[in-house]
Amino acid sequence: MAHIQLGDDSLEKETTTLNLGPTHPATHGVFQNVLEMDGERIVSAESTIGYIHRAFEKIAEHRPYYQITPLTDRMNYCSSPINNFGWHMTVEKLLNVQTPKRVDYMRVIVMELARISDHLICNGILGVDTGAFTGFLYLMQERENIYEIYEEICGARLTTNFGRVGGFERDFNEKSIAKIKKFLKDFPTIMKSFESLFNRNRIFIDRTKDVGPISAEDALNFGFTGPCLRAAGVDYDLRATSPYSSYEEFDFEVPVGTIGDTYDRFMVRNEEIWQSLRIIEQALAKMEKEPAGIFHADVPEFYLPPKADVYNNMEALIYHFKIVMGEVEIPKGEVYHAVEGGNGELGFYLISDGGRSPFRLHFRRPCFIIYQAFTEMVKGQLLSDAIVTMSSLNVIAGELDA
Amino acid sequence: MITIDKNTLLSDLQEKFGAAIQKVEEPYGLLTFTTTKDQLLSILTFLNESDVYRFRFLTDLCGVHYADEKQLAVVYHLHSMESNFRMRIKVFIPESNPRIPTVCKLYKSANWQERETFDFYGIIFEGHPNLKRILNVDDMVAFPMRKEHPLEDPNRIDKNDSYFGR
Repeated sequence: MAHIQLGDDSLEKETTTLNLGPTHPATHGVFQNVLEMDGERIVSAESTIGYIHRAFEKIAEHRPYYQITPLTDRMNYCSSPINNFGWHMTVEKLLNVQTPKRVDYMRVIVMELARISDHLICNGILGVDTGAFTGFLYLMQERENIYEIYEEICGARLTTNFGRVGGFERDFNEKSIAKIKKFLKDFPTIMKSFESLFNRNRIFIDRTKDVGPISAEDALNFGFTGPCLRAAGVDYDLRATSPYSSYEEFDFEVPVGTIGDTYDRFMVRNEEIWQSLRIIEQALAKMEKEPAGIFHADVPEFYLPPKADVYNNMEALIYHFKIVMGEVEIPKGEVYHAVEGGNGELGFYLISDGGRSPFRLHFRRPCFIIYQAFTEMVKGQLLSDAIVTMSSLNVIAGELDA
Repeated sequence: MITIDKNTLLSDLQEKFGAAIQKVEEPYGLLTFTTTKDQLLSILTFLNESDVYRFRFLTDLCGVHYADEKQLAVVYHLHSMESNFRMRIKVFIPESNPRIPTVCKLYKSANWQERETFDFYGIIFEGHPNLKRILNVDDMVAFPMRKEHPLEDPNRIDKNDSYFGR
């Protein structure tokens, strides 16, 4: 491919060109970087992306709104419910739909579970990349438990297609609530043992401290958001600065780091897991105080009626037909809505011309914007540090390429 | 914490740039205006460097194709983090001459986003350090997000999407 410049291959050249990727066991995904090496140090780097580009923005222009949800969960597949709900909230903003409080709390519970599973993967894999396999195995079991909760609520595990515009397709059943409670009870012990394996581990600190640092100013200029920006010391979290889905009612802290190196990113993610647990506990308590049985907004013109009603009730049949055939009145307008995804600000810029599918839909994918700083961050670092830096940025190939 | 007042910001901009601030509106609570490509850089520089407004974060940059008007648009979402104020700037450029100055010097995050916009819409960002395709293959000839390109193979005869309102 024309991207790759192998430089001059004369024998007098003092640097080596190293092709890392597109498929390399240490990069967890399809990333290609061509590195110019001076011994073990990286002189310059160039990344090539787009290996799993699936043209979601183009496909979205040809699909009705409710069929775009499965596209969104294939972006950041480590925390797909956040993407799903972010999209639903964007459409709700366009349609001026108010969701009931109970729906907000249910969403918060699932989104925080998703954030935990996202951070678990990132920190677990970071451990593997530095040579510590044990912690990863502890956490994988907990991720499995989170996936079982998803499965209980929506029937799917990884690409969840969670909920509908206006709420959920069904209520949380007793089993799922019991599973969430069990998770809240058991998980802290596992997390504590994970932290005690890593946080003050000499080898781990040597491998991550001062590796791939970025200053707050540079991070903002590069468009960083999420844990990577907070690790650099900027307390920007959408859940706190522009709350959505009733986040303003919850009591939680926004952890920040100091120098934005790999260790800071690791610690910020760990602390966020604890904060997410706090939020889930509060949300569960609040949810139980709300009247039971409400799991979607009362908007029959946008929310699919239950199947039994479609067969027995004229009105439900009409709404069903209208929604499925795209005959619903959709206002014209432009909306930008952002949620705090696993990796940062996940934005949806939606232009509607009143048709059944968006006129334009643009996903602001945090990974895509963060990853362009990677080549700058690894300059002058060792090759093994570049691997660790990439791992701690938590670049998800699906979100990078859309 | 500084707070930005919409009206002072607008009157400041109008005083400085006059006729370049057009079509001011506020869809869903987000201040939006249209400007010309000649004034774009000076407006963004002013917003970025001003100590009052401090729009130092480029949230999003993307292209839009308005096929009926034969125009392309580049949309900038700016964010002033200290005061948590967002706004949107749109610049329309004709399809026949899709050129616009780059904002890479102000916001490093624009680099890949401009490449993405070039890749999909063929908008040429003048002065961009490395303007080439990013997500699509290098030898692609079309700009696939433009409206004239159908999603599926137009020669297929076994499907008729018009039944479904597409």
